[in-house]
Amino acid sequence: MISMQDIFVHAAYAGAVLTIVAFIIGTWVHRKLQNAIANPVIIALLLIIAFLKFFDVDYEAYKKSSDVITYFLTPATVCMAIPLYEKLSLLVENLRAILLSVFAGTIVNLVSILLMCKAFGLTHEHYVTIMPKSVTTPIGMGISEELGGYVTLTVACIVVAGNLGFMAAGKVFDIFGIKEPVARGLALGNASHAIGTVRALQFGMTEGAMGGLALALAGLMTVALAPLFASLL
Amino acid sequence: MKYLTELVVILGFSLLGEVVKLLIPLPVPAGIYGLLLLFLALVFGIVNLGQVAHTGHYMIEIMIVMFIAPSVGLLKTWSILSEVLIPYCVVVLITTVGVMVVTGLLAQWLIRRREQR
Repeated sequence: MISMQDIFVHAAYAGAVLTIVAFIIGTWVHRKLQNAIANPVIIALLLIIAFLKFFDVDYEAYKKSSDVITYFLTPATVCMAIPLYEKLSLLVENLRAILLSVFAGTIVNLVSILLMCKAFGLTHEHYVTIMPKSVTTPIGMGISEELGGYVTLTVACIVVAGNLGFMAAGKVFDIFGIKEPVARGLALGNASHAIGTVRALQFGMTEGAMGGLALALAGLMTVALAPLFASLL
Repeated sequence: MKYLTELVVILGFSLLGEVVKLLIPLPVPAGIYGLLLLFLALVFGIVNLGQVAHTGHYMIEIMIVMFIAPSVGLLKTWSILSEVLIPYCVVVLITTVGVMVVTGLLAQWLIRRREQR
């Protein structure tokens, strides 16, 4: 008898199929429940974790057999240029607002992390581990590594910041009266990087385009500012 | 040929991004360089929208499932994460919502102020 572990080790698409099926089920459950916490990604994550535990498949085997999907992350990021170009006039009209708000958000992010890490008495290593949590994973890992953080924990923070933004955006926008599509997209991309941008795309194409732009701008600004902030704790 | 052309343009810009990444020693992923390059190529008419739009929108639509597998990796860090769980959760939660509110409110205020003039 072959075990599920064998299938995941030897079949290149097992993880890919599991991931997509879990997401489709997640989307279906989300539609039935109409609940912001039960979002498709969270449901998919829980289903996959349960599946791997139940059939005794280790994470490495799952990761390897889902690489086919992850492989398309770079071209998909490149494609974010398309909605951005389609909304070019909006970008030009609002250039000042875009640059200022993303810059302000980045500074607030860095300053608030610094203050809260001080308040909790966290070490320098933990501080630089959390610092890049609002930027896209490859940038965040690079920053954490360069400044001497715990890279795996940085990835965990990035995942949490992304999914938190994904879940909370609707409520946050309602409470604070953030209605402008451009502002919503920028807020999501700046706080929750690529996962936030995916949420922004659900609001609409304008939101999605601005999310992609904020994600790129926030990443570049954080790369430039991180070494300076790292020296403060 | 249409889809093949679109695919090769998109993969081509991914490749260009990777080459730029080799040249610039910053922790910026190839995808971000590729995004900026494709955007400039569209603005300057080197690539037109019809050469990338269909496959591009398809990639963006399926992008969400690309984040699921890496997120499952959280499992592996659980033993280390559980020791610092509370401060980490508090910091990440508050600062993430904070950035979202500041960015969104400031952008909205600036946009509306410009529109009123």
